[in-house]
Amino acid sequence: MSDQTPPDPSQWSCPAPTQASDTVQLAHGGGGRLTQKLIESVFVPALRNPALEVLHDGALLSLPPGRIAFSTDSYVIDPIFFPGGDIGSLAVHGTVNDLAMCGARPLHLSAGFILEEGLPLADLRRIVASMGRAAAEAGVAVVTGDTKVVDRGKGDGIFINTAGIGIVPEGVEIAPTRARAGDLVLVNGEIAVHGIAILSVRQGLEFATEMVSDSASLHELVAAALDVAGSHLHVLRDPTRGGVASALNEIATAAGVSIELEERSIPVNEAVQGACELLGFDPLYVANEGKCLAIVAPSHAKAVLDAWRRHPLGKDAAIIGQVREEPRGRLVLHTRIGARRIVDMLSGEQLPRIC
Amino acid sequence: MRFVDEYRDGEAVRQAAAAIASMQTRPWTLMEICGGQTHSILKFGLDQLLPPALTLVHGPGCPVCVTPLERIDQAVDIAARKEVIFTSFGDMLRVPGSSKSLLQVKSEGGDVRIVYSPLDAVKLAEENPGREVVFFAVGFETTAPANAMAVWRAHELGLRNFTVLCSHVLVPPAIDAILGAPGCRIQGFLAAGHVCTVEGCEDYEPLAAKYGVPIVVTGFEPVDLMAGILACVQALERGSATVENAYKRSASRAGNPHARALVRRVFETCDRAWRGIGVIPQSGLKLRREFAALDATRRFDCGHIRTDESKECIAGEILLGHRRPPECAAFGNECAPDHPLGAPMVSAEGACAAYYAYRRSA
Repeated sequence: MSDQTPPDPSQWSCPAPTQASDTVQLAHGGGGRLTQKLIESVFVPALRNPALEVLHDGALLSLPPGRIAFSTDSYVIDPIFFPGGDIGSLAVHGTVNDLAMCGARPLHLSAGFILEEGLPLADLRRIVASMGRAAAEAGVAVVTGDTKVVDRGKGDGIFINTAGIGIVPEGVEIAPTRARAGDLVLVNGEIAVHGIAILSVRQGLEFATEMVSDSASLHELVAAALDVAGSHLHVLRDPTRGGVASALNEIATAAGVSIELEERSIPVNEAVQGACELLGFDPLYVANEGKCLAIVAPSHAKAVLDAWRRHPLGKDAAIIGQVREEPRGRLVLHTRIGARRIVDMLSGEQLPRIC
Repeated sequence: MRFVDEYRDGEAVRQAAAAIASMQTRPWTLMEICGGQTHSILKFGLDQLLPPALTLVHGPGCPVCVTPLERIDQAVDIAARKEVIFTSFGDMLRVPGSSKSLLQVKSEGGDVRIVYSPLDAVKLAEENPGREVVFFAVGFETTAPANAMAVWRAHELGLRNFTVLCSHVLVPPAIDAILGAPGCRIQGFLAAGHVCTVEGCEDYEPLAAKYGVPIVVTGFEPVDLMAGILACVQALERGSATVENAYKRSASRAGNPHARALVRRVFETCDRAWRGIGVIPQSGLKLRREFAALDATRRFDCGHIRTDESKECIAGEILLGHRRPPECAAFGNECAPDHPLGAPMVSAEGACAAYYAYRRSA
């Protein structure tokens, strides 16, 4: 008889250890164990809230009374980290702002992630943490989400879609069609900052001053304007892609009015102005992520301006123009030398000029 | 903003406009040669402040507009090749060739990239030894020094995967061609201040004498432009036909000797076709024989290309100042920035694009 003890299978270990990768794998989107691990270790801790933690197929929400505003946007920015933010904070700010521009108080967001195989998990953690912070600051909760992973080379690191709902309080009526002759046009600060900040890092352009994106949630500014102007606040718009010129052109067309801007009143900071001069860009067409245009009855414009100037995001707020009847559907610029010209919608993107 | 605001001062502009109006005794027709000046005039609305008897005619000084169709087609052909990284200044990308633009090539999978300096293209070639990097070297005297520097640098580095597709043009031969054309109605010229910053003003003196027209070196900001126009009207009123420099803060009579020397070291003059105008003798720059290995037309066979210009586009008449963009039947209809028939509707310096952007029913 041998004194050898029989092998105990419960003590065996698998010679192939579980892969602990520090990058996103296809299996992270496969719905299995790795997906679950990603949700539990990355998404839930950063975005924690009761509705999300149920980890159900969807979120069940109770909403306060009022009309529901609902919006969605997809974020595909390159680079994913930039001075003043990242794709995560941008994805929260963007949808929060779209809801705020409807006059809504933003409440809940969904987040859909399309990740490219090979994205460093550290980057993903940083982005999701930044989303969590931006959501907390904006007073919204990310209540449901989804993750898919695409093969390496078939994405650009990370794409995020957020959708959101908010509640429009009784008596608030914000719509582009409400712009009427005599209304004044306000902006909460210096324009064109985000677009130039992104361009400077994307193209490796070096300027004496570092350009920092203005990406921010604007719901507090909207609330402040509604507080003092109520139904006299007619239109809100965040001039993102296409800039102030495109946003105001759209409003002029929708309302069948003309909007006249006073060039010398439009806040543009010197570094941005310099970069635009150099590249042959017009700041009116450059993207913003923390700017809000408001079209307000003349009786209440000053009150909105004062309220905005008391807020950190509105300290450089200005009245930049006025709605007029003619020429309908046109944005007109009163130039600083006293002439007038139209400011059209842009055809394609602005491209840097030759000389 | 310093160096910008003082040259956009409304009061100074209005004073100059008043001085022009009080001095002018008869109608005059001036041409601003440079597309950048055309855009400034329309963007700031300077023409609205000038007396009605003063006519500004817009010249051919838009490098994008005058680059011959054949060159665009060559660029499109080269850029579509798998081994090529095709680099260009941004505003060349939308210009329509016979069948497509460089932006379309990019959307079809071509590796087309915008660079801000030709030296960035050289750097790309260093970083990508397995790829052919081609730089689209277009422009007037203004971009020639930087492009010459890129060629020189690639030559010094012994780069075998860097070439330029060269389509440089020169201003003085174009002025010569415009003034020498039958029926020319231009009585005074505003020369391009940045061109003269590089090349100086001397080349304009024989032209002023030959045709008896004043030529005023002029900048691009509203105050600069009004100063140039004022100087030109003054010269016309007193009957003088000399070269004057109204852009002394940047341009000098001799230009920039270092830049000029480098340009002459790398390039030599040649006859050049201008899109919409035709061949103008000695109006272009080509690589000297010593740098022939860096010539993209030698590296890539483009012999099969046949060009096909739109019949409806009157770009030549626009560029020569014979007609204004709104006088074209296609303007704003068949031809718009989204679907251009010719280059002047595309470029940031094109006269048609300027009218489209700033002047429709203003």
